[in-house]
Amino acid sequence: MNKNTNSLLSLENISVSFEGFLALNDLNLSLKKGELRAVIGPNGAGKTTFLDVITGKVNPTKGDVFFKGKSLIGRKEHKIARLGVGRKFQSPRVFENLTVKENLEISVSTPKSPLNLINKKIKNDQLDEIEHLMKVINLSKKINSKAGALSHGQKQWLEIAMLLGQKPDLMLVDEPVAGLTDEETDLTADLLKSLSGDNTVVVIDHDMEFIRRLDSNVSVLNQGTVLCEGTMDTIQNDKRVIDVYLGRPEE
Amino acid sequence: MEFKNLKLSKKTTFVIWVIIIAFIIAAPSILPVFRLNLLGRYLSLAIVALGVDLIWGFTGLLSLGQGIFFALGGYCAAMYLQITSSSEFPNNIPEFFGLYGVDNLPFFWEPFRSPIFSLFAIWVIPALVAGILGFLVFRNRIKGVYFSILTQAALLVFFNFFNGQQKLINGTNGLKTDVTQLFGQMVGSESIQRMFFWFTALLVIAAWFFSKWVVKGRFGNILIGIRDDEPRVRFTGYNPVLFKTIIFSIAGGLAGISGALYTVQSGIVSPQFMTVPFSIEMVIWVAVGGRGTLLGAILGAVLINYAKSLVSEALPASWMFIQGGIFILVVTALPEGVLGWVQGEGPRNLLQKLGLKRKIETYPSLEIKNETEGLKNE
Repeated sequence: MNKNTNSLLSLENISVSFEGFLALNDLNLSLKKGELRAVIGPNGAGKTTFLDVITGKVNPTKGDVFFKGKSLIGRKEHKIARLGVGRKFQSPRVFENLTVKENLEISVSTPKSPLNLINKKIKNDQLDEIEHLMKVINLSKKINSKAGALSHGQKQWLEIAMLLGQKPDLMLVDEPVAGLTDEETDLTADLLKSLSGDNTVVVIDHDMEFIRRLDSNVSVLNQGTVLCEGTMDTIQNDKRVIDVYLGRPEE
Repeated sequence: MEFKNLKLSKKTTFVIWVIIIAFIIAAPSILPVFRLNLLGRYLSLAIVALGVDLIWGFTGLLSLGQGIFFALGGYCAAMYLQITSSSEFPNNIPEFFGLYGVDNLPFFWEPFRSPIFSLFAIWVIPALVAGILGFLVFRNRIKGVYFSILTQAALLVFFNFFNGQQKLINGTNGLKTDVTQLFGQMVGSESIQRMFFWFTALLVIAAWFFSKWVVKGRFGNILIGIRDDEPRVRFTGYNPVLFKTIIFSIAGGLAGISGALYTVQSGIVSPQFMTVPFSIEMVIWVAVGGRGTLLGAILGAVLINYAKSLVSEALPASWMFIQGGIFILVVTALPEGVLGWVQGEGPRNLLQKLGLKRKIETYPSLEIKNETEGLKNE
């Protein structure tokens, strides 16, 4: 796989070594614009490190990451975010001491310079955007509640809304349904599906039902490298995947 | 460290301000000159406390080196007063230079002949030093306790440097201001001191409004975001280094103004302003008053210092024990400070324990109306 002009994101021969331990080992992966991609893998397969490399939190020992044709290696996290990479964390990370509205203000505000924030009022179209996002996540009634007072599911949704507010070209979503009820899980899957097309979305999760519902291409990570890629059906019948991850059905 | 965000209700803030302003206006007529001067000094300390609250209470940066910027402001003010009052001394330079055989004014004193330069220098120089120091530290992602240790180390460097420079700034003896002249009168005279009292009171109020403006909108929310979850702020596209540098620089500027006002009202600036305990005390004032509440910083600074002078007069040498006791009490029993306690669940809990109020059986938000906005909206 080489630098492909059609792809929005491509990781090329990425290796990450933590004091000798290879968290990622010669990983190659590329995403087309508008694609929805699920990434699964057993614990320790390198799923979160994979996101850390893209978002600039971890520098790879080897290899390169291209986003919109630009290399991301060596760029600071906030610069990568401004290029259009948004990330939702594993456990919901919202600003608990701020209200729902203030959380969303932080995400939609541009430009993100201190001077702009200190002496200008938020723009009207940004306020409309916040209003819209609150409808999407069904939190309009909680606009002035502290984010810390929300339920776990509401926090997950608020964080997804904050991600949307950034208007990223690439959304990296780490375990969006952890701790959600079945109903919330279904709603989240529908939401993410509706986003793809306009947005490029990478979803990392363990929940196979949820992944199946996403109805997308799946990449299976194992020991820091891509084991195989394909639709859910292909994956589930792949012998290697069954061995390392899914387990054999009991007969 | 757990931070809670406390917003004082408009009513409480208003009532406290009315009391403060009424007291400030009445003070010159009810307090003897000596006490009025003390109050003026403590009010000036409230300004450095506001800065500590901005960086610690809001942004989560515990600086133990605010004495640097406080002293720099004090030195700027004292240099101006000394250089403009030195016409009767040999070589037309401040008297102390004669003690060390210095005939020529060191170059950096020259600009302090200008009152306008000096008025700016008082806050711009500390703000610049804070900005540069802060930028280098924050760029390298030094945080938490390492940041605190580093600021304290910087404080010691400045202390030792100023202590050793007899030929430049009179070293450990410091610079006296009370026998210098301002507007044709002695700075230590009653009328000038009275003027400084009013001036300080006005600046405290101005500094409060300024700090309020800084923290009220989105900028302030980013500061809180940095305090609570800095990586999250970064992944949202903000550069925390810039925000932290700016707020640290603002706190430095406030410290400089505070130091200048303190200097002219106590009559001297010396490296003693840069001792380790003094900078730690600044943090204690804010902790006791209520970090994250700007008013708490002002009240903490003024009341603790007033208590200090009253206690020291009655029971010399006991103040350190009492101050330590207050600090321990606040950290263990009132982690949000006195104002935070008053504004939060504190008074209700106390009344309940005394059996004067019905116990809450579910969540406060369900039982006490008009307290949670989320509920109101539903």
